Amino acid sequence: MKIVVLVKHVPDATADRRFTDDNTTDRVGVDGILSELDEYAVEEALSIAERGDAEVVVLTMGPAQAADALRKGLQMGADAAVHVVDDALHGSDAIATSLVLADAIEKSGDVDLVLTGMASTDGTMGVVPAMLSERLGLPHIGAVRELTVGDGTVTARRDGDVASETVQARLPAIVSVTDQINEPRYPSFKGIMAAKKKPFQTWSLDDLGVDADQVGLSAAWSVVTEVTKRPPRSAGEIVDDDGNGGARLAEFLAERKFV
Amino acid sequence: MTEVLVLVDHADGTVRKTTTELLTIARRIGDAAAVFVGSGYESAKDTLGRYGATKVYIADAAELDEYVIAPKAQVLATVASSAAPAAVLITSSLDGKEIAGRLAVKLGSGLVTDATDVTAELTTEQSAFAGAYTVRSRITHGTPVITVKPNAVTPEPAPATPVEEKLEIQLPESATRARIVERQPRAATGRPDLAEAEIVVAGGRGTAGDFGPVEELADVLGAAVGASRAAVDSGWYPHAYQIGQTGKTVSPQLYVAAGISGAIQHRAGMQTSKTIVAVNKDREAPIFAMADFGVVGDLHTVLPLATEEIKKREG
Ligand SMILES: Cc1cc2nc3c(=O)[nH]c(=O)nc-3n(C[C@H](O)[C@H](O)[C@H](O)COP(=O)(O)OP(=O)(O)OC[C@H]3O[C@@H](n4cnc5c(N)ncnc54)[C@H](O)[C@@H]3O)c2cc1C
Ligand SMILES: Nc1ncnc2c1ncn2[C@@H]1O[C@H](COP(=O)(O)O)[C@@H](O)[C@H]1O
Repeated sequence: MKIVVLVKHVPDATADRRFTDDNTTDRVGVDGILSELDEYAVEEALSIAERGDAEVVVLTMGPAQAADALRKGLQMGADAAVHVVDDALHGSDAIATSLVLADAIEKSGDVDLVLTGMASTDGTMGVVPAMLSERLGLPHIGAVRELTVGDGTVTARRDGDVASETVQARLPAIVSVTDQINEPRYPSFKGIMAAKKKPFQTWSLDDLGVDADQVGLSAAWSVVTEVTKRPPRSAGEIVDDDGNGGARLAEFLAERKFV
Repeated sequence: MTEVLVLVDHADGTVRKTTTELLTIARRIGDAAAVFVGSGYESAKDTLGRYGATKVYIADAAELDEYVIAPKAQVLATVASSAAPAAVLITSSLDGKEIAGRLAVKLGSGLVTDATDVTAELTTEQSAFAGAYTVRSRITHGTPVITVKPNAVTPEPAPATPVEEKLEIQLPESATRARIVERQPRAATGRPDLAEAEIVVAGGRGTAGDFGPVEELADVLGAAVGASRAAVDSGWYPHAYQIGQTGKTVSPQLYVAAGISGAIQHRAGMQTSKTIVAVNKDREAPIFAMADFGVVGDLHTVLPLATEEIKKREG
């Protein structure tokens, strides 16, 4: 069985995040990490591989630094990595990203299961996996908190908006997992050493046969017209509770007509 | 005028408030046309008309409920290809965004998610990087598909009598690949729905497991109850009530954070709240930096006293 895990390299949310002059996310001048929400997908793939027999490939599309996210995946225990990198990809929207990732998944060959995070922590769109499902003609189950793989099918417990559902699909399938599904492992020293020798492929758009006109900022189907930094919320009145805090709170709520 | 499609978010015909917000936005742009998928249309009819739907497309077949997400995208794509709408509006929720992603690929359209506003000219506003930036965008290709966050606008009634059109939907095999084998609707709490509540009172690790004071304050305010991930991970409150990056995103008029430090992942889910109030015993807690009003103190005494005082004021 072959599992491809989609991982994204994102600006660290605990550091300063910003946009560049062309209104795209700054991915170069900031500290980047493997999107925390994708670690759950890597962990799930590794634990499936430990229970049965599976090859785990981590796949990303992103600039040169995105290789770091793949390295982290390999250190955690993935068997191989694929990096789709090309200057023409700069500024790609979710539509273009899904196009490229779909082709990369197909080129990987004989994939049984695609695992992804629930959303990337920078764009937080949560749409790429559903788009891949349309493009590849594979079933997709999102918001998954429990996953069983066996006998050519996946059974997943998903946390939908208004109900919790058990959903079944035949493999190959795409499954997006939430942070409720497991506890991602840390790379061990052995894992870090072993990662250096694992297969690492780099693919360009040519390798995928994707036309450069279909991707990147100029091909995006939406344009950002304006980015403004919001003034930090100015701190309001902070009072110490001297026994009167509850009453002061009620008073504030009454002034603002909430009471 | 051209139609603007609104996917109706409902539970057995009970229309969620978010849908009335979308209808209000749709009327800025063109004629509001609702797309109702599932059973219970008779109970939804009045609300849709009251908020100005001049047309309703109805797709009701048991089969549509058997599969996850894909059938709704299929219905929307079918309507969109014949009605040529100016835009399609969908509630920004986990499910809503998956539907939107599928639809954008099907239609070959640009997509904007988590809009906090949409103008008559279809310019969208979003909040980025946990509220640090405001981003304005325009969709330049295809039929704009936009998901809108709850509480983006105040719903305004504009009574209309919708023309009804029943749809015959034959689900293609591609929409039937993920089958729902069991469903557990979330238990009703008697409180407003978290995502659409006007007021949210949330508790964190500082509750030490006792959500009593949080729930009691919520009840005098008619509010929904939320929780931080620390409180959820400790098993003190169900995950369905988690607010933040990996929980619900809320945008209420008033957000009360009790015993919550205000980590970036928590802020990502509540930063667009209009008024923020914090109760925390640590003066240095980051939540105070964004609060309109704060009390440095123990929530176990501050909240009950506030609750008492509010009860007194309301007589
Ligand atoms: C990938 C990822 C996703 C995440 N997603 C989310 C998410 O969706 N939502 C979320 O909330 N978090 C999320 N987190 C976790 C987040 O980073 C914080 O750990 C979490 O929000 C902390 O919860 P808390 O504020 O309740 O707890 P703490 O940070 O421990 O804060 C508790 C606060 O309570 C105060 N306090 C203690 N006792 C009292 C008292 N008696 N009275 C008043 N105040 C008191 C303390 O001073 C402190 O400020 C995520 C983290 C990661 C890595
Ligand atoms: N550039 C990318 N490279 C690899 N995986 C991605 C990329 N963008 C998104 N994904 C995957 O799709 C999921 C949802 O992303 P998004 O729709 O951007 O919120 C992420 O958690 C990743 O698993």
